[in-house]
Formats: sequence, C-alpha cells, structure tokens
Amino acid sequence: MKSGSNLERLLEKGEFVVTGELGPPKGTDVGVVREKASMLKDNVDAVNITDNQTAIVRMSSIAAARILIDEGLEPNMQMVARDRNRIAMMSDLFGANALGIRNMLCLSGDHQSFGNHPEAKNVFDIDSIQMIYMVKTMRDEHKVICGDEIEGDFKMFIGAACNPFADPFRYRVHRLAKKVEAGVDFIQTQCIYDMKRFKEFMKQVVDMGLHERCKILAGVTPLKSVGMARYMAANVSGIIIPEEMIERLKGAGKGNVASEGMKIVSEQIQELSEIEGIAGVHLMAIEWEHRVHEIVEMAGLLPRPKAE
Amino acid sequence: MIVGERKPFSEIMSMVEGFSKILIVGCGSCVTICMAGGEEEVKILGSQLRLAFQKNKKDIEVEEAMALRQCDDEYMNDPVLIDKVEKADIVISMACGVGVQYSTAFFNRIITKKPIKVVPGLNTTFMGANLDVGIWEERCVGCGDCVLEKTGGICPITRCAKSLLNGPCGGSSNGKCEISKDTDCAWHLIIERLEALGELDRIKPVEMYKDWRPSHSGGPRKIIREDMRI
Repeated sequence: MKSGSNLERLLEKGEFVVTGELGPPKGTDVGVVREKASMLKDNVDAVNITDNQTAIVRMSSIAAARILIDEGLEPNMQMVARDRNRIAMMSDLFGANALGIRNMLCLSGDHQSFGNHPEAKNVFDIDSIQMIYMVKTMRDEHKVICGDEIEGDFKMFIGAACNPFADPFRYRVHRLAKKVEAGVDFIQTQCIYDMKRFKEFMKQVVDMGLHERCKILAGVTPLKSVGMARYMAANVSGIIIPEEMIERLKGAGKGNVASEGMKIVSEQIQELSEIEGIAGVHLMAIEWEHRVHEIVEMAGLLPRPKAE
Repeated sequence: MIVGERKPFSEIMSMVEGFSKILIVGCGSCVTICMAGGEEEVKILGSQLRLAFQKNKKDIEVEEAMALRQCDDEYMNDPVLIDKVEKADIVISMACGVGVQYSTAFFNRIITKKPIKVVPGLNTTFMGANLDVGIWEERCVGCGDCVLEKTGGICPITRCAKSLLNGPCGGSSNGKCEISKDTDCAWHLIIERLEALGELDRIKPVEMYKDWRPSHSGGPRKIIREDMRI
C-alpha cells in the first residue's frame, strides 16, 4: 500500500469508486465545511478539497481537509503550483501528512488573473508534473528534493488532473503519459460532456496501456440550468458541451431543468462506467452538495462499498 | 531589445511638481527603436510639458538632451550633456530602468557640487521583439539558463503564463492561453514546431525541476569576464 487510504484500497480491490468535491469557505466558517461534509458522507469514497480554486482566497485545503477527517470523511487534498515554491510545498506536505491526509491532487492551478487578487505575484517554481515526481520521491525514497532524509513516515496516494478537452488534442494522451511516468497513482479528468471525444481519448489511453499504470476517474458535473451550460461552454477553457445536451435541458421545460440535469449526469456515469480503463467517477457538484446523494443513487452506486 | 512605454503624462507631471528647471534626456538605443524614449519622444514630452506650464502660467524651463546609451560611461561622458544636467533641478530619463539607474549613478559621480535627481519617464516593460508596426511582444525573461534548444525556439518560461516546463496545461484552447484569447499558448506553438522538425519525442520525457539560481531568484546578477579585464 502506498498510503493505505480508503480511496487507494477501494481502487486496489477493483471497486468502481466515487469521489466528490468540496470548496472551502471564503473565510473561517467551519460550519460550512461540516454542512457540506454531512451531505457527502456515505455517498462518496473521498472528497477533493480545492486549493483556492479559480484563484479566489479560501480556507486552506490542508485545514479544511483535516476538518473533514474529524467529520469521518476521507479528503483528497488539492495543491496548486501557483501559490507555493518547492520549500512551502514540501513543508505543507509534511504538515498535511502529520494531520492524517493520505490523498492529494497535484495541479498547476488557475492563473491568478481569474481570481479576486489579480495583482498577486505567482510562483510556479515547479509544475504539476514535477510536483507528482516530488511527492513520489518523498514517499518512495523518503527524501526531499535535495536528497535530505525525511524524519518520520510519509505516505501519500498521488493524484493529478487530466483534461482531454484541452488542445492540442493529439498531445493530450502524451501529457497523461508524462504524469504516469512521473509517478501518478490516480487521475481525475476535467468534466466530461463530449462523450465522443472522451471515448476517442480513452482508446488512445488503453492503446498505450496507461490505464494499467494508474487509475482513471472520469469527471462529471451536473448541469443545473441552461444558463450554466451556456456559460461554461463559452467561458471555461477546455470545456466542450455538445449543443444537443443543452437542447435536452431546454426541452425539459420550466421547473424540470435541474432534475433533467441530474438524470443526464446519472446516465453519463452509467455510460462512463462501461468504458474500458475507467475506474470510477469524480462528481464535481459544486454548491449542489445536497443533490449528491440523489445523483449517486440514481446512478446505482449506493451503498458505497467498505474497504475492509 | 528592451521595450518600454512612456509613463502617463499626469504621473510625469506629479514627479516634476515643485521643480523649475527640468531636463529630459532621451536614450538612443533600445527605447529609440521601440519609439518610447528616443529623440522624437523627448521632443513630444518637452512640448507637452511646456504647454502645460504655459497653461498654468508657471515659469518653468524645459530642456532636452540625448545620450546614445544611458547604460555606458563611454556614451554618457559628453560635456554638453553634463553641462545641461548641472543646470537642471531634475532630470527625466527616457531610458529603460537600467538607464535611469545608470544615469543617477553616473551624474552623481561626475557632478559633485550638488546631488542630481533622476526620475523615470518610461515604464520598462520587457525584453521583446517588434512583430509588426506598433506591436511588440515579450520573448525573454532572462532566466539565465536558456532552454530554447529543447523547445523548438519558443520559450515556455517567458511565453507560458505559468512558465510550465511540461506543458500545455488544461487551459489551452484552440491554440490560445486560458488567460486571454489574445495570447498564444506557448506549448501549442512548441508542439507544432517540434512536430514540424520531427522532434516531438524530445518533450515526452519529464522535464525535471528548474534551477532558478541563474535567474533573478538567485539575487541581483553580475558577470565578470576575466578575459576582458585589463
């Protein structure tokens, strides 16, 4: 076992896993974290804790992840390369490990120009792929980058993101291969709406045997409204939403769009679970945590399995 | 070349507030080529200042001068220039940040009877190239350890908004960067160039951590060439 986390053990057992996502509050309100956690509990196997997503200042992912542990859930701590140099990263990783955090996601991070402090200086000392390698070195060689020994245990199940919908498409599988080469244990993809392109991507992944070297969780986000779908398609880099999906939402009629969105996402989960190389789903129901139980149930994935 | 941009007039006016003898010194090198701080721009700023003072009915002298390079003694040691500086209360340097600092040090070394105040007339923006009439774009951040051989002659440190060494990130869309549809994704360009060269395999291995010591992160930099020293 690399970290012995619930997520790792379930994946090792061959269970189809479900991970969720929780955005910490823009302040100190622990109640928000606890409330969202209670909605996710027993519905997902681990919960991503975002690290100042879209470069908006929020409670640190380490602190929120620890609160989650206290609530009886397993966190998957996100860490971005935007705000920390290698010294701060390794130091925070020691701290996170000491607090019981056993899963992490290595990310480049959204550029600060998207956030609420666009005047900030970014760091980008190392990139997400180098971060994967750094954490692997810490775990497997028990050393920090310079070669100094780590005092005490260091265990981490190492994750990273993958966006099959970014460009250039033909290079995307090679970028995933680089993450595998660097030592990633699991991958969570960007939200999938364009199933055709995703299947094409997964064929390349399987042809290269990458699914045998890391576990791939397919990312999904329920569409709450037609406006949200249009906004995401137009403004979020690397998200492709087919027009027919937007039409289907529209066709549901007033008052039924949200439930249609949930129906679409549960069907997507079904379809994704049948794709070769997919080991689970990552359900990003941002500010829709109260619907997670229903979505996972509709997808036929309840109750969640136990690792033991 | 070093590319600069003239500071807003209001900012320059606030810097010279309270001074009655102003000297504007242009620089004949990079900032002349990028049309920000050469002879022409010195004349324009001079006229703007004179007009503004005339309008405010203030009796302020505005003089103009040029130095071929404000970053080298050889081109600064001009008796006419030094005489004008001596007579001024404040000097607006239209050079890059290097020139402003060099002028400050040089004039205060040569002129000992009073301290010389030099203020910047430009914002030094970047090291870049002139892509078309009126368009300049950043090409180098001076990281001190050039990687262009590996990346098809396109710099990821400078031209990727995240300075990624293993790009492109998930924000690359239709050849553009996530920060702006006007910014090319450097890694998209790198991949296309390497494909054309038949060298795409070169970026498949993981590029390891960069040593930032040769960059500004290692502290202010200095080169001493023993072979050039007399």
